[in-house]
Amino acid sequence: MYSIKELEKKAVERRMDLIQMIYDAKTGHTGGSLSSLDILVTLYYEIMNIDPENPKWEDRDRFILSKGHSVEGYYTILADQGFFPKEELKTFSKYQSRLIGHPNVKVPGIEMNTGALGHGLAAAIGMALAGKMDKKAYKVYVLMGDGEQAEGSVWEGAMAAGHYKLDNLIGIVDRNRLQISGKTENVMSLEPFRDKWSAFGWEVTEVAGNDIGKLVQLFKKLSVVSGKPHLVIANTTKGKGVSFMENVAKWHHGVPTEEQLIEAMKQLRQQWEEVSKAC
Amino acid sequence: MLNTIACRKMFTDTLLELAQKDRNIVVLTTDARGSVTLDKFAEELPEQFIEIGIAEQNSVGIGAGLATCNKKPFVCGPACFLSARSLEQVKVDAAYTHTNVKLIGVSGGVSYGALGTSHHSLHDIAVMRAIPGITIVLPCDVYQTRKMVTALVEYEGPVYVRMGRNAVPNVYLENDVPFKLGVANILMDGRDLTIIGTGETVRLALDAGMLLKEKGIGSKVIDMHTLKPLDEVAILKAAKETGRVITVEEHSVHGGLGAAIAEVLAQNNPVPMKILGVPDEPTVAGTSAEVFKHYGLTAENIARIAKKMLEV
Repeated sequence: MYSIKELEKKAVERRMDLIQMIYDAKTGHTGGSLSSLDILVTLYYEIMNIDPENPKWEDRDRFILSKGHSVEGYYTILADQGFFPKEELKTFSKYQSRLIGHPNVKVPGIEMNTGALGHGLAAAIGMALAGKMDKKAYKVYVLMGDGEQAEGSVWEGAMAAGHYKLDNLIGIVDRNRLQISGKTENVMSLEPFRDKWSAFGWEVTEVAGNDIGKLVQLFKKLSVVSGKPHLVIANTTKGKGVSFMENVAKWHHGVPTEEQLIEAMKQLRQQWEEVSKAC
Repeated sequence: MLNTIACRKMFTDTLLELAQKDRNIVVLTTDARGSVTLDKFAEELPEQFIEIGIAEQNSVGIGAGLATCNKKPFVCGPACFLSARSLEQVKVDAAYTHTNVKLIGVSGGVSYGALGTSHHSLHDIAVMRAIPGITIVLPCDVYQTRKMVTALVEYEGPVYVRMGRNAVPNVYLENDVPFKLGVANILMDGRDLTIIGTGETVRLALDAGMLLKEKGIGSKVIDMHTLKPLDEVAILKAAKETGRVITVEEHSVHGGLGAAIAEVLAQNNPVPMKILGVPDEPTVAGTSAEVFKHYGLTAENIARIAKKMLEV
């Protein structure tokens, strides 16, 4: 159990880790990793029932990163949790590394290979159905991107999860409103987004997706008896935590220069000192 | 000779028997319980039957998710849709993640003859062959189908199976069906040339072998039920012993059985070879038998080509 401030501190630390990792590898998806990081920190440090010593424990909660390109934050969290040695983060995207640019099951703690968008929800439904069949109490979390919502397969999944009343399934959309070519509403509009998911039989909740206090509160109260799958629209800021990366589409897969790295680390260091004082 | 039941029916009957004993066997289908003959399964084991609706991508993805939780999912649907509409899910969720998903394509090839190219699967072997980690099986009759189902349940990993829609003549005797994934069966062991079939064309290859035998020509007839991993040892031995190879398939002449065997032979022991299949064009309408005949996929035509090869 961590306090909210301690979780916030973890989030700043993971932001520093992932930016360093992307800088070292000279590749990576910076914007989405930063926007989704607080959600991942909330799930992995506070909400999910997992055991890094036993990643295949059959009663574990499951997580799928359907927006697989935001893998950097995910790797830093798995390493910090002890699923694999932190040292290994230095191999990110390097020759023969298992820490490639999208999640894969060679990395302990990862349930599914992702990277092609619109796949995670169906796999999560399979896990949720298995949980129901075996009368297990575990929950299945799947984190999708908002640009990803244009994939038709997402809506095949939305329909099936509603049909099977999978209340052990929690879909989360990292609603940062930007995708690679610009604003989601310009590329392929999603609104009225909440209504679409509701119409498919999901219980929809909106949350400030970079506010760990609110995320913890929300995930803790999600009911498993309502007979409806949950969809959490996490309103986030792409590039969250580094001022010049925030809400700028080009940081989707931008790599910081040395100067930008120094500036980013300076900002994060400041955030870390502030949150440490409050811990 | 002709069975009254189709391979797909034998498949579901056998799977039902096994699923009654193994509660982890789960069947998923895409509004295709009729095509796949799953009504009985759905009725007897509703808790092991998942209807996905007409959503092939979802069916494979959900199957993969189930497999990660120790279920043994069999995702069943018409081969034309399963092998094309959900190809990325097959590639990423089944093969790349290496989940224990069995992809069961029914009414494959030109089974849906008159329904047109949208309903034909003459590309499936080619596309599945290019995906690492996937096993490909085409059973040729009901008895082999029965053995195959048991082998599929025992094997852990993604497999694509293609079966036809109609009842087909037997190739094997009920109690004499050698079947091991990746090991070709030698049905006749002549020394003049080799004829290789897969799925429904195995019977044609065997009949051609018999026609040739009447003319004093000895054929080695091979049932290549597993197209991946391919039994290279059997292919090279046959080429060495007979020096000529004919392949026969209900598939495009590009990328299927013939291409797979040509790859092996060209790089190891090039011998004269003939690839019989469906040419690179929109397929003609007709019953399955009519379409086969139109493209020369008959025992008589195979025998004719064999004789021509031997004349050279």
